[in-house]
Amino acid sequence: MRASRPKVAIAAVAVAALAVAGCAESDRDDSSGGSKKDTLVFGVAGDPKVLDPSFASDGESLRVARQVFETLVRPEEGGTKVTPGLAESWTPDAAGTTWTFKLRSGVKFHDGTDFNAEAVCKNFDRWYNAKGLMQSPDVTAYWQDVMGGFAKNESADLPPSLFKSCTAKDATTVDLAFTRVSSKIPAALMLPSFSMHSPAALEKYDASNVAGTAEDIKYPAYATAHPTGTGPFKFKSWDVANKTLTIERNDDYAGNKAKLKTIIFKTISDENARKQALRSGDIQGYDLVGPADVEPLKGEGFNVLTRPAFNVLYLAINQSGNPKLADVKVRQAIAHALNRQALVDSKLPPGAKVAENFLPDTVEGWNGDVAKYDYNPEKAKALLAEAGASNLTLKFHYPTEVTRPYMPSPKDIFELLSADLKAVGINVQAIPLKWSPDYLNATTSGNKHDLHFLGWTGDYGDAYNFIGTFFDRKKDEWGFTNQPLFDQFKDADTTADAAARTEKYKALNKAIMDFLPGVPVSHSPPAIVFGKDVTGIKASPLTDERYATAEFKS
Amino acid sequence: MTIITGKKKDKIDRLSELAARDDERGVSLWQEAFRRLRRNPAAIIGAVILALFVLVALVGPFLVPYSPTDTIGIREGLIRPGVIPGADGDHWLGYDHQGRDEFSRLIVGARQTLLVGVLSTLIGLAVGALIGGVAGAAAGLGGRWGRAVDTALMRIIDMMLALPSLLLAVSIAALLGASLVTVMIAVGVVSVPVFARLLRGSMISQANSDYVLAATSLGVKKSKIAITHVVPNSLAPVIVQATLTLATAIIEAAALSFLGLGNPDTAVPEWGVMLADAQPYLGVRPGLAIYPAVAIIITALGFTLLGEAMREALDPKLRK
Amino acid sequence: MFRFIVRRLLQLIPTLFGLSLLLFIWLRRLPGGPETAILGERGTPEMRAQIRRNMGLDEPILVQYGRFVRRLIKLDLGTSTNTKRAVTTEFLERFPGTVELTVMALVIAIGLGIPLGYLAARRRGQLLDHASVGGSLIGICIPVFFLAYVLKAIFSENLGWFPASGRQDPTLGATRVTNFFVLDGIMTREWDAAADALWHLVLPGVALASIPLAIIVRITRASVLEVLNEDFVRTAEAKGLTESTVRRRHVLRNAMLPVVTSIGLLTGGLLSGAVLTETVFAFSGIGAFIYDAIGQRDYPVLMGFILIIAVVYVLVNLLVDLSYSLIDPRVRVR
Repeated sequence: MRASRPKVAIAAVAVAALAVAGCAESDRDDSSGGSKKDTLVFGVAGDPKVLDPSFASDGESLRVARQVFETLVRPEEGGTKVTPGLAESWTPDAAGTTWTFKLRSGVKFHDGTDFNAEAVCKNFDRWYNAKGLMQSPDVTAYWQDVMGGFAKNESADLPPSLFKSCTAKDATTVDLAFTRVSSKIPAALMLPSFSMHSPAALEKYDASNVAGTAEDIKYPAYATAHPTGTGPFKFKSWDVANKTLTIERNDDYAGNKAKLKTIIFKTISDENARKQALRSGDIQGYDLVGPADVEPLKGEGFNVLTRPAFNVLYLAINQSGNPKLADVKVRQAIAHALNRQALVDSKLPPGAKVAENFLPDTVEGWNGDVAKYDYNPEKAKALLAEAGASNLTLKFHYPTEVTRPYMPSPKDIFELLSADLKAVGINVQAIPLKWSPDYLNATTSGNKHDLHFLGWTGDYGDAYNFIGTFFDRKKDEWGFTNQPLFDQFKDADTTADAAARTEKYKALNKAIMDFLPGVPVSHSPPAIVFGKDVTGIKASPLTDERYATAEFKS
Repeated sequence: MTIITGKKKDKIDRLSELAARDDERGVSLWQEAFRRLRRNPAAIIGAVILALFVLVALVGPFLVPYSPTDTIGIREGLIRPGVIPGADGDHWLGYDHQGRDEFSRLIVGARQTLLVGVLSTLIGLAVGALIGGVAGAAAGLGGRWGRAVDTALMRIIDMMLALPSLLLAVSIAALLGASLVTVMIAVGVVSVPVFARLLRGSMISQANSDYVLAATSLGVKKSKIAITHVVPNSLAPVIVQATLTLATAIIEAAALSFLGLGNPDTAVPEWGVMLADAQPYLGVRPGLAIYPAVAIIITALGFTLLGEAMREALDPKLRK
Repeated sequence: MFRFIVRRLLQLIPTLFGLSLLLFIWLRRLPGGPETAILGERGTPEMRAQIRRNMGLDEPILVQYGRFVRRLIKLDLGTSTNTKRAVTTEFLERFPGTVELTVMALVIAIGLGIPLGYLAARRRGQLLDHASVGGSLIGICIPVFFLAYVLKAIFSENLGWFPASGRQDPTLGATRVTNFFVLDGIMTREWDAAADALWHLVLPGVALASIPLAIIVRITRASVLEVLNEDFVRTAEAKGLTESTVRRRHVLRNAMLPVVTSIGLLTGGLLSGAVLTETVFAFSGIGAFIYDAIGQRDYPVLMGFILIIAVVYVLVNLLVDLSYSLIDPRVRVR
C-alpha cells in the first residue's frame, strides 16, 4: 500500500514481461543467424508493389522478379542485346509473324515441377485470356504496352492483341504466333513481365483471380506471397513491418548457383538516409545514388557502378496552348537558348551526355546526322524576332518531390533552364507541381502547359520504345498532329527486315529533330553503389542487375 | 424616485471611476512588465537577436556583394557533380549547389524568412482569435445558445488538433498548389487551435473575474463588457504566444520545404528552402545545410527567448 | 466513472461520421486521383478513365460515400489503391512501429523532462537551471529532420554505436507475432531480437523526443515553481517533514496536473506527427505511409488511417482525463 508508484510500475512491467515471455513460438531457423558474409542487405528507394511481375510496372517489383524469375530471352549481362534465357534459340518464319523458340531442358520451377513448352503456353494463355480487372491498364501494364489487347477485350479503348497463339510442338519447342509483324518481338520478351511462372503454383494460388469490385482491387495470394519461378533465388518472406523483402538461394538452380545465400532488399526512401545507412554498415549497397554522392563515395572506397545511360531527359513544348509555339522558329529559338552542356557538366553524374536524338546512342536507329541546336543566345534572339515573338511569356511546369534516373534534381534543372530562357528575353512563369499526381496530370493532359520536362528509361533495346512512345500519335503532352510522321512510325514498326527497319528509324530521328517537337536534353547514367568488399555485380543499362553473381571479397 | 436614480447614478460614476483606476493599473501593469523585461538578460539577448534579424531583413538585400540568383559558379564551370567550391576571398561562404554566392543568399534570405514567419503567424492568430473570441464570448454570455456555439466551435478545434498538423499542411499544399501563400496558410492553420484555445480560456477566466461580475451586476451591457474589458485584458497571453509561434512557424516552414512543399519561387532565397535544398549535398559541403540551419536556430531562439521573458514578465503569479 | 466513459465513447460516433464525411469530400476535391499516381509517366487519358471507371470514381460522391459507410459499419476499410492490400492489414503492420517510436519518445521525454524540470525549479538560477532551460530552448528551435541527420552522422556513421535505419536488423530473421518488435522478441524469447529492436529505437526516439522533452521540462519547471510558492508547501516544510516527503507527497503530485495535460496533447501529436522522423530513419510506421498516401491519392488508406488515428487520439485523451482523478483527488470525473 505504501509502496511508491515508480516501484509498483517497475514491478508491474517485470511481471508483464515474464507473463508474455515464451507465450509465442519462435519460428526462427538457426541457419539464418549464420555468417553475415552470406547475406547482402541492399537499400532500395521504394517498397515493391506486387510479387507477380505480370502485374508489375514499378522498378522495385521488377528488381525482385528478376532474381526469382527468368524469361525466354534476356538481355546480355551489362547490355541491351537479346541473348538466350530459358530459350536457347529463336527463329521467325518467312512472314515474320510466327517465332519458334527452342527451350532449355532440365529446368525446374521452385516447386519442383518441370519447365517445358506446355508451361510456356500456359503462361501466355493466362495473360492472353485475362478477364475482368486483369484487363485494367494498371494491372497488366506491360502486356498492354507490348501486346495491346486480349483474347476478348472488355473495353472499347483496348486495341486488338498482337499476340495470337502459343503452340507446344514438343517438350522443348514452342511456337508463338502474332497477328502482325512487330519490331518489339523478340526484344520485348526480355521484360520481367513476361517471366515464366510454374503452372502448378499459378493454379494452386489462384493467380489469375484479380478479385474485388469497384475501388477494391485485390491481388490473389500468388501475387502477394507465393511467386514461383525458375530463377537463382527463391522468394522467402516479405516483412512489411520492417520494410524488408528476403530472397534465398535456389540450391536446385539449373545454371550457375548464386554465391550468396540470402539477399535482403530494405526500403529506405530518403536518398541521404540510404547513404548514411551504407556508411554505418546497415546495408551493403543501394540504388539511385545522387549525382553529388558518386565521387565522394568512390573516394571513400565504395564500389560505385555506373550504368550505361539508357534514358533521355527532354524539354517538351506543347503546341496546342500558346499559338507561338506552333511556329518551328520559336521552338528552334528555345533549343538554341539552352546551355545543355553546362547543365550536364554541373548537375548530372559523371558520364552524362547532351542528347542529340530522343533516344540514347546505344539503340539501333540512333542518327548522328540530324539537325543540332548548339548553345547560341544571339541566334535564339534573332529567331524569336524573326517569328515576331520577342515578348513571349511561357508557363514552365516542373516537378517537386521526385528524382528519376534521368532527372536527379528537377528543381536545379528547372532553375538552370529557366535562367537560360530568361537570358534570351523569354518570360518564364514557373509552375511547380507535386510529381504525383499533379505534375503528371497537368503535363500529359489538357493544353495549359507550355513547357515542361519529362523523360523515359528504356524497357528494352528498341527505338520504338523511345520515340514511338512519344510521337507515334497525337498526344496532349505535345499537342501536335503530324500525320506524315505518324505514318512513318507505322511503316517502320511493321518492317520485318531488321536492317531496313534501322534505316527507317534513322530517317525518323532526322524528321523529328527537324520538326523539333521538344528539345532532347541529356542522357544520364544512373549509379548504383556496393560496399567496399562486395564484388561480382555488373551494372545494367536496363537495371537488370543479377545479384546471383554478387559475393564478398575475403 | 429621484433619490434612487441619484443613487444609481452615483454607483455608475463610482464604477467608471473604478474602471479608470483599473485602466490605470493596466497601464502600470504593462509598464511594470516592461521594466522587468529590461532587467532580464534573456529578454535583452532575444531582443538584440531580433533587432539584428529585422535590420538584416530590411537593409540586407541592398548591401550584398552578389545577386542571390546569379549562377556564377555554373557560368564559370566551377560546379561539378560532387564538387562545390568553398569559401574564397570574394565569396565568404563559398558557392551554393547552383553556383550562387552563399553569403548573399543567406543575407537576402532573412527577409523572406521573416515574411513567412510573421505572415503565417498572423494568419494563425487572426483565424484562431476569431474562433476563440467568438467561442469565449458565447461561453461568457451563457445561455443555451451561447453554450451550444461554444461547444460546436471547440469540437472543430479538437478535430483540428486530432488531425496530424503536418499532414493537414501537406493536403492544403496539394489543394492550393505550391506557392508562397500556400506555405503561409499551411503553417498558419497549424497554429489556429492554439490561439483559439488560449483566447477562449483567458476570456472565460476574465469573465469570471470580480470586476466583470461587478459590471454585470450593475447592468452594463454584456457586449460592451466583452469589447471594452474582457478582450483587451485577454490579449497579453495571445501576444506572448504569437512571439513563441513565430519561432515554430519558421521551423515548420523549413519542414515543409524538406518535404518538397516549400515556396517554389526560386528567385527569392529563404532559409528553410536553402536548408532543404542542401540535403543532397550534405556529403559534399555540409556548410550549405549548416549556415541556414544555424541562422534558423538563432532566429527561433531570439523569438523564444523574448516570448518566454514576456510571459514571465506578464505573469502575476511570478511577480511576487 | 463508468457512465463518464460510456458517454465519451458514444460522443465519438457522431464525431467520426462528421469527420469522415468532411474528409471524404475534401480528399476527392484534391486535384488528380489515384489513377494518375498508379500509372506514372506511362499513363494515357484513356487508361486513366478506364481505371476511374474500375474504381467507381466516376459515380456521384454521395453514392461513393454511401458505399464507404456501408462497409465501415462492417468494419471493412477497403483496399489500398496503391499497394492493393487491405487497409486494416496495412494498419496492423505499420501502426505498431509508430506506437513503439512514440512510447520510446515519451519515455525519453518524460523520464528526462520531469526530473530535469523539477531540479531546475529547485535550483532556480543555478547552473543546472540555466542549462536545462537553455537546452530545452534549443531543443524546440532545431528542425527535427536536421537534428536527425546530425544524430545519425555522429552516432551511426562516425561512432557506429547505433543503427541508422529501420526497426530491426533484417539478418536476425526474427519471428513476427504482433509486429511490436520488442514485445515479439520477449514473447518468443528471442532476446537478441528484442534488444536489437530497442537499439534501433534510440536515435529516432531521441529525434522525436526533442520537442516534447523541451516542453515537458519547461512546464514541469513552471508548475513546480508555482507549487513551491504555495502556503501548504511552506507549512509542510515548517512542520519539519523531510525534503523527500515534501517533494513526493506535496510538490510533485500537485505539479503534475498541467504536465499530464500536456503529455496527453503531445501524445496525439507524436502518434501522427512522426512523418519526418520515420522518413529520415526509414522507419516503418504510419506517419510516412500516410504522407505517401496523400501523394498517391490513396483514398481508402487516408480515410481509414485518419479515422483510426482520431479514435486513438480520443482514447488517449480519455485516459489522460481519467488519470487526473488518480493524481488529484479534487478532480472527480463525471
